[in-house]
Amino acid sequence: MAAIRPLTRIARLCSSVCRNYYLISNRISQRRGIASCIDPALGLTDEQKEFQKVAFDFAANEMAPHMAEWDQKEIFPVETMRKAAQLGFGGIYVQPDVGGSGLSRLDTSVIFEALSTGCVSTTAYISIHNMCAWMIDTFGSKENREKFCPDLCSMKTFASYCLTEPGSGSDAASLLTSAQRKGDHYILNGSKAFISGGGDTDIYVVMCRTGGRGPKGISCLVVEKGTPGLSFGKKEKKVGWNSQPTRAVIFEDCAVPVNNRLGEEGQGFNIAMKGLNGGRINTASCFLGAAHASVQLARDHLLVRKQFGETLSNSQFLQFKLAEMATRLVASRLLVREAATALQENRPDAVSLCSMAKLFATDECFNICNQALQMHGGYGYLKDYAVQQFVRDRVHQILEGTNEVMRMIISRDLLTES
Amino acid sequence: TMSGRVIVGVKRVIDYAVKVILFCCCNRPIYVLIFYPVVTHLTLCLLANVSQLTPGDCCTRETIRTALAMGADRGIHVEVTGKDYETLGPLQISKILAALAKKEDAQLVILGKQAIDDDCNQTGQMTAALLDWPQGTFASEVTLEGDKIKVVREIDGGLETIKINTPAVVTADLRLNTPRYATLPNIMKAKKKKIASMKPADLGVDLTSRLEVLSVEEPPQRQAGVKVETVADLVAKLKELGRI
Repeated sequence: MAAIRPLTRIARLCSSVCRNYYLISNRISQRRGIASCIDPALGLTDEQKEFQKVAFDFAANEMAPHMAEWDQKEIFPVETMRKAAQLGFGGIYVQPDVGGSGLSRLDTSVIFEALSTGCVSTTAYISIHNMCAWMIDTFGSKENREKFCPDLCSMKTFASYCLTEPGSGSDAASLLTSAQRKGDHYILNGSKAFISGGGDTDIYVVMCRTGGRGPKGISCLVVEKGTPGLSFGKKEKKVGWNSQPTRAVIFEDCAVPVNNRLGEEGQGFNIAMKGLNGGRINTASCFLGAAHASVQLARDHLLVRKQFGETLSNSQFLQFKLAEMATRLVASRLLVREAATALQENRPDAVSLCSMAKLFATDECFNICNQALQMHGGYGYLKDYAVQQFVRDRVHQILEGTNEVMRMIISRDLLTES
Repeated sequence: TMSGRVIVGVKRVIDYAVKVILFCCCNRPIYVLIFYPVVTHLTLCLLANVSQLTPGDCCTRETIRTALAMGADRGIHVEVTGKDYETLGPLQISKILAALAKKEDAQLVILGKQAIDDDCNQTGQMTAALLDWPQGTFASEVTLEGDKIKVVREIDGGLETIKINTPAVVTADLRLNTPRYATLPNIMKAKKKKIASMKPADLGVDLTSRLEVLSVEEPPQRQAGVKVETVADLVAKLKELGRI
């Protein structure tokens, strides 16, 4: 043990000298075209490449330099997200007549994948915000659309999606938050758990029970912050996704106008699930971006780090490992993009494909990020290096429907006699 | 604000972050990463910086589309091919720009100060001379004052402020501004914006080069130094080499 001490001291000196170089080269570089087989621009139209370029530039300039700080200090980067909204990222697939960009699901997937290379947690929040804006745009009355969507698209206001409760996660249809009709208001009682943005956002899209048990008794209401009876729990301390606050949302005799209902009574669960189909593609896309950035970081590290007299890139094991990572990344990306196209075209397999894409991509991308960390050796475990944050942001395997629920959806589709 | 047309030149060049690898084959260097410096022009209502793009994409129109997505109103693509393209230099480009400026009745021509590939720092100045217009080069600040332009120039001695009449040529230095992002709606609108194609002959421009490249060589390998023991040795060695 004693003999190791001078060695570790020298190692620490060397590493602090090398660290500045590593830190500079460890910034997620903008060199998206160089490692060509994993280039996310392959197969895209010129217009999609333009969208992607804007997203990559924004991610590299506005998000990546702050990614670590937002994570460590748990900052919700409102100003940066508003800048993103100015470029049209606030309501990417919301219709233009209420301030959205009117793009397709595939365009959206490409954009979120690129933005995530700058900060997964912030991009994931932006995607949740987009999902809520779309739900109001698609299922809201004319008044609701005009009242809520323009401010959401410009991110003057922020939104949260409230489905999960302390007692109902995967079994979402068993939710208990009740909404009793009293004149022209619903009185809400209950609580929601793990709400992304909860407490800091302005608009809450809440699934609550207006009718009997099961999915058919659920409706969807828009609740505005400041409504009496709406309060929040403590800010949760999370392993990752720290640039967005997570809190419980509590309703105590909270009166919400009936006019704030999206769609009909009993349609709420349906609306929630339709929102989640797109949400699953977005979640998968975010993690694709993380995996892409991780593969590039691992690649750069292998080309620089020397052990046993040569760079790590000369080790066949690491070459093969990198190849496997790249292959799984591209396979995941293709599945996600196909699911996006299926959803856009309203194909009959869209729901299953979205579930498959979310399941496959998030599982594979976690392994890729994890492997990239391993390739960095001890350095990968330090918070100075971005790769550990990509690993910690791995909640994509859990939310918007756990990967286990995804398997439920897919097997049900396979085993149902039609 | 000023009314009138602004022409902004855009050059497609190599990405500054790319590592260029030089191979030597038969004493003639061949650059591995190839770029296509075809000159493109746009009209723009607001100031923009010179674009720098990654190599590998062959379509120049993509460069123009990016600029249209950033806010330009119209694109002009002057197509140069074959031998003319190979000998294209600042003189030929400034002739094209001058002809376009006259044709479009422009009030302002904005170009980059110095391109990262040839490092010439000539096109802006030559264009102004051909048009007999005032020039504000190495601009890090440009303000419109009535029908004059105040330009703060970054020069070796510091910052120089000049006031020039319009029409004028301005070349942009790095600190002029930060390029804006294209917005998603603008990218979609850019599809509908026109890019006019024309040939140098349409502008009555003669592209013959006044330069002939005789040879291209790698600089000589750096020779190892020689250590000497005393000053006397040093003087003797220098005399031996014929340096003194």
